[in-house]
Amino acid sequence: MTGNREHVIRTENLTKRYGQLVAVKDLNLEIARGEVFGLLGPNGAGKTTTILMLLGLTEPTAGSVRVLGRDPAREALAVKARVGYLPEDVGFYEHLTGRQNLMYTADLNGLDPAEATRRVERLLGQVGLSEVADKRVEQYSHGMRQRLGLADVLVKDPEIIILDEPTQGIDPEGAEELLALIRDLSRNRGMTVLISSHLLDQMQRICDRVAIFVRGEVVAEGPIETLGRQVMRGEPLIVEVEVAGPDDVDEAARSLAGLPEVQAVDRSGENLLLVRCSADVREHIASHLIQRGFSLRHLRLRGYELSDIYMRYFRGGEGHV
Amino acid sequence: MSERRRDGAALWLGRLRGYLWPGAPGLRAVYRKEMADHINSSRFMILAAIVAIAGLAAIYVAALNIRAEVRRTAETGFIFLRLFTASGGSLPPFTSFVGFLGPLVGLALGFDAINGERARGTLSRLVAQPIYRDSVINGKFLAGIAIIAMMIFSLGLIVAGMGLSLIGIPPTAEEALRILSYLVLSVLYVAFWLALALLFSVLFRQTATSALAGMAVWLFLGVFLGLLAGLVADALVPVGSDADPGAVLRHERLQLALGRLSPTILYDEATLVLLQPHVRTLGPVLLTQVYGAVPGPLPFGQSLLLIWPQLTGLVAATLICFAISYVLFMRQEIRAA
Repeated sequence: MTGNREHVIRTENLTKRYGQLVAVKDLNLEIARGEVFGLLGPNGAGKTTTILMLLGLTEPTAGSVRVLGRDPAREALAVKARVGYLPEDVGFYEHLTGRQNLMYTADLNGLDPAEATRRVERLLGQVGLSEVADKRVEQYSHGMRQRLGLADVLVKDPEIIILDEPTQGIDPEGAEELLALIRDLSRNRGMTVLISSHLLDQMQRICDRVAIFVRGEVVAEGPIETLGRQVMRGEPLIVEVEVAGPDDVDEAARSLAGLPEVQAVDRSGENLLLVRCSADVREHIASHLIQRGFSLRHLRLRGYELSDIYMRYFRGGEGHV
Repeated sequence: MSERRRDGAALWLGRLRGYLWPGAPGLRAVYRKEMADHINSSRFMILAAIVAIAGLAAIYVAALNIRAEVRRTAETGFIFLRLFTASGGSLPPFTSFVGFLGPLVGLALGFDAINGERARGTLSRLVAQPIYRDSVINGKFLAGIAIIAMMIFSLGLIVAGMGLSLIGIPPTAEEALRILSYLVLSVLYVAFWLALALLFSVLFRQTATSALAGMAVWLFLGVFLGLLAGLVADALVPVGSDADPGAVLRHERLQLALGRLSPTILYDEATLVLLQPHVRTLGPVLLTQVYGAVPGPLPFGQSLLLIWPQLTGLVAATLICFAISYVLFMRQEIRAA
């Protein structure tokens, strides 16, 4: 996927220590142009620290960063001119209108007023804030602020946008709209997007690749579809099966145990069966059960979805503490 | 040769301007935004209104008194300056109002400059723009000084105009010069408080804390330091009723030196000398020094010379405060943790 495309963000053994605390440890990332990359991890995993180092807002303790081929710590202005950053809990000047806030950003980026006015107008329309553009930001809802934040990031017409927990604290509908906007930026404008979040399902929907961050280290990285196989290599395959009617459960278990690839069948809870197999035989199991008159309610290969991986590492992460 | 020198000078001027102004990306934007914020803020409006009302009232009362007095005594030396220094009945003079309210203006303009941005979450957005980080603090300081200068000069000139129409005696060139110098001095003084407020806004994370700290320093330097200087001088160099002149002199000098640690006292002294040309010295004078002296006003140049140390002290205090806030701000972590 990242074959021979240009890497717009590249880190090598990037490390940041605050005294004894290691916030980021030996991070190696390569993000290609046009990619939507997700930094996934619990709070305090080092996501924000990584982002600050990418922007030159904090200096790495060791290792190197290249953003668009430049070192953000040394050529901060050149990097910041081409990279948009939406911080976590982004704030605005409450006494100014949404439009005035964006115009200030345009002014800081050295845009000439005519161009700035045009661009701000267009962006306000793009994020759906045209109608409230001349209201003070103090009257905006949280979702509107996040959308204004996205517009603010786009004022400089960046090549890369970095979003830190962009959907934090917005209602699901608002989050959906925001994610659609972000996806659109990547698909239609070829923008490279780096998103940090702890919300798995959202990342799963918009990211091309994710890196799972736990306590400053990347524990898994890659396209979502291969991540499961990569992480779960060597683990037994377990298929979750649920059939209707508690009386049928035992019978179904006996019946499944007779299949050739099935190694063991355990009952878990009221209706759930955990079928341990030597290969992915979900189709067999389904047709087998249906032929025998069971009504199949649920069938799932455990451990290959991001949520399983995520849970596993998060539990693992807490287990060490 | 001279042409080459002129070209060289132009080049250097251009470089200097480039360095100070458009060369620093974002400085202009921050400056403009801060100016607009100050002018639109009710905080600034209220303070400016208070200062203006107090100033106008003081001048009006002083003018009435001066009119009555001039009719009686026909004494006309430096009449115009007395508009600013004369107190009329229950109202203190104009200079006292400015000396008292000026620090408040400076503190109000700066106490939440940096920590306010941090608290609102706008600082991280600001420093992610392609500007040098010092543009933020420089822009804020410059905008504050510009606002202060505008306020003090417009107030001073309005008040002078009103005084002119009330007493009907135009200022002499020297008086005008002294008044302008006094206004510049007042801008410097308020700029010190702005720099102090800025320092507190970098030091403290809470805007309420920095506001309170500013007020505390204002009270201490404005009121208590004078009293404390007396106490310390009494303790170190005790002078009874029969003390020898040497001890009395040492006592006086010590008290004065301690008091001069406060910018408020420096400002008061400088104001006194600028607006009352008859003041020839600051501090104790021996009889032998005035023996044979002809009493009379000092020329402007000599008055300026007399307060040069005070001016230097004020500028230094302002620059030290700003330099500390600058260094702290540049080293601070941006993250709001």
